[in-house]
Amino acid sequence: MGVARVSFPLTALFAAAFAVREAMEYLHYTLENGSDVSLGATLAEKILSRKAGFDVHPGDIVVVDVDWAYAQDGTAPLTIRELMGLGLPGVARPDRTIFFIDHASPSPRQELSNDHLFIRRFAAQTRSRLHDVGEGICHQLAAEKYVRPWDVVIGADSHTCMGGALGAFATGMGSTDVAVGMGLGKTWLRVPETIGVRLVGDFPQPVAGKPPYVTAKDLVLHLIGRLGADGAAYQALEFHGAGLGSLGMPERLTIANMAVEAGAKVGLFPADEVTREFLREHGREGDWQPLAVDPEARYARLVEIDLGQLEPVVARPHTVDNVAPVRELKEVRVNQIFLGSCTNGRLEDLAIAAAILQGRRVAPGVRLVVGPASRKILLEAMARGYIQTLVEAGAAVISPGCGPCVGVHAGILGDGEVSLNTSNRNFQGRMGNPKGEIYLASPAVAAASAVTGRITDPRELEVAG
Amino acid sequence: MILEGRVWKFGDGITTDHIAPGRLYHLRSNLPELARHVLEDADPTFAAKVRPGDFIVAGSNFGQGSSREHAPRIIKLAGVGAVLAQSFARIFFRNAINVGLPVLTCDTSRIQEGDLLRVDLGAGLVYDITQGFELTAGRMPEVMIRILQDGGLVEHIKKHGGLQLTP
Repeated sequence: MGVARVSFPLTALFAAAFAVREAMEYLHYTLENGSDVSLGATLAEKILSRKAGFDVHPGDIVVVDVDWAYAQDGTAPLTIRELMGLGLPGVARPDRTIFFIDHASPSPRQELSNDHLFIRRFAAQTRSRLHDVGEGICHQLAAEKYVRPWDVVIGADSHTCMGGALGAFATGMGSTDVAVGMGLGKTWLRVPETIGVRLVGDFPQPVAGKPPYVTAKDLVLHLIGRLGADGAAYQALEFHGAGLGSLGMPERLTIANMAVEAGAKVGLFPADEVTREFLREHGREGDWQPLAVDPEARYARLVEIDLGQLEPVVARPHTVDNVAPVRELKEVRVNQIFLGSCTNGRLEDLAIAAAILQGRRVAPGVRLVVGPASRKILLEAMARGYIQTLVEAGAAVISPGCGPCVGVHAGILGDGEVSLNTSNRNFQGRMGNPKGEIYLASPAVAAASAVTGRITDPRELEVAG
Repeated sequence: MILEGRVWKFGDGITTDHIAPGRLYHLRSNLPELARHVLEDADPTFAAKVRPGDFIVAGSNFGQGSSREHAPRIIKLAGVGAVLAQSFARIFFRNAINVGLPVLTCDTSRIQEGDLLRVDLGAGLVYDITQGFELTAGRMPEVMIRILQDGGLVEHIKKHGGLQLTP
């Protein structure tokens, strides 16, 4: 493969020629720690090479240590049953095994309450970690508390790929795979090919004193529309380029979260100063390690996105890749808006919605359901007055969790009803009724649409005043 | 292993929400009951019609969406012999192997609903008895053949005491 080992002069050259700081950090790191990582590797290949202990290439099968293995209340009962059937003494690393009660939370049915009891009992018996009702959505809590750059993370939930925002190889698996990961502390992976997504430019600048109307959600929906729902199947997405400077951690989390909607195994970002700052804010700066994009990495395909050319878009029913600019939609009346989820239930999302809804009211006949992604976010949104603003505008705020997004409770649609969501899936039946229709969009589009009662480009609302 | 059965045809992009809808979340610890609703949101009559050994034949990206392993499990519980599709979503494919549901990737476009198929799992051959043509399925990755041969991932771990997947 002609893979060069890291050496000082070569690395210094790259540093001069390309993203200087990232490369210098990388150099510094490799000098300090020695390196088992080749140049010419994608982020996925770098992480899996270090874990495997040798240089890996796309298509290789590797067995690697798992840093975090988790399951939520929809998948954990099956995970636990499979784990108990493995004939192993328990979980390999209790402090790295995490259970979350977030999907049917608080429980709307006795069957689910009993599942929760089963999970709580098992977590206590094995001394695993447990995050119970009200704490938040698994992927958000994983980002706040656990996931570190260079980690391998497996979760029994497809949106586990959100951890890629922190520079971790984080991927969703089924209950049995996660049971094995918990029991052995190891999993097997096929090293994926990588699609490079080069981001250039900057989002259109907000009007003075107004929130941004074009955001990361528009970027990722645009990307999925271009790639198609299986356009990145069995592959990794890797985000790089100067446009990264426009993306804070909340935006990166939104983008990485939806990598699976293009079929990808993981959506990886480098670990840079943005990552370091996020970890510092969450009291774990010590978890930071640089993970730099390699200018010589080999990609299966390169896609370029100019952030300056993006505009507010939606995904129309019933597929996430059915993407169109909001301005091209014929009038679409909505019955419900769901502002929340692991995709867009963060503080910055609530801030945008509150700014748009400040001094306005939710349109008559429209229900606005707000679901913050974690308790920490809810508390901060309360302290900053966002929740006050949203509730005064007519919103119904629910406990941090997944409810409406997965169609379990707290926002199930009636026959023929239309919901506009900031979440990640609009599949038929997703919100608990196959006769419902779901559109996906950004918090800005969601808030503007809540005001008008029809899917609305937030820029239009501004013109109308 | 050779299977014979009738075809139930589905289109592209069948999701795990079609197969195991979220509104039946409370049945996830009651798989036999959940299996009575298998694929309900793609074809509400499917669970009542399907007979042991029948095949699901679908288009591209079968099983996209959620990681819920309940989806391949209830397809298997409903008696389906194998799923044949143009392509599979990654997590579904891995789950299917882990739980011992045969999945074959092949050009399904000519197969019609109601056709009688004979599927040779070992050789990866699909013979459409009704129409009289043969298809070759894509070869499964070696690692998955090992898991299938051991009877699924749990049996593999029990047999080897760990993951014995790399040569």
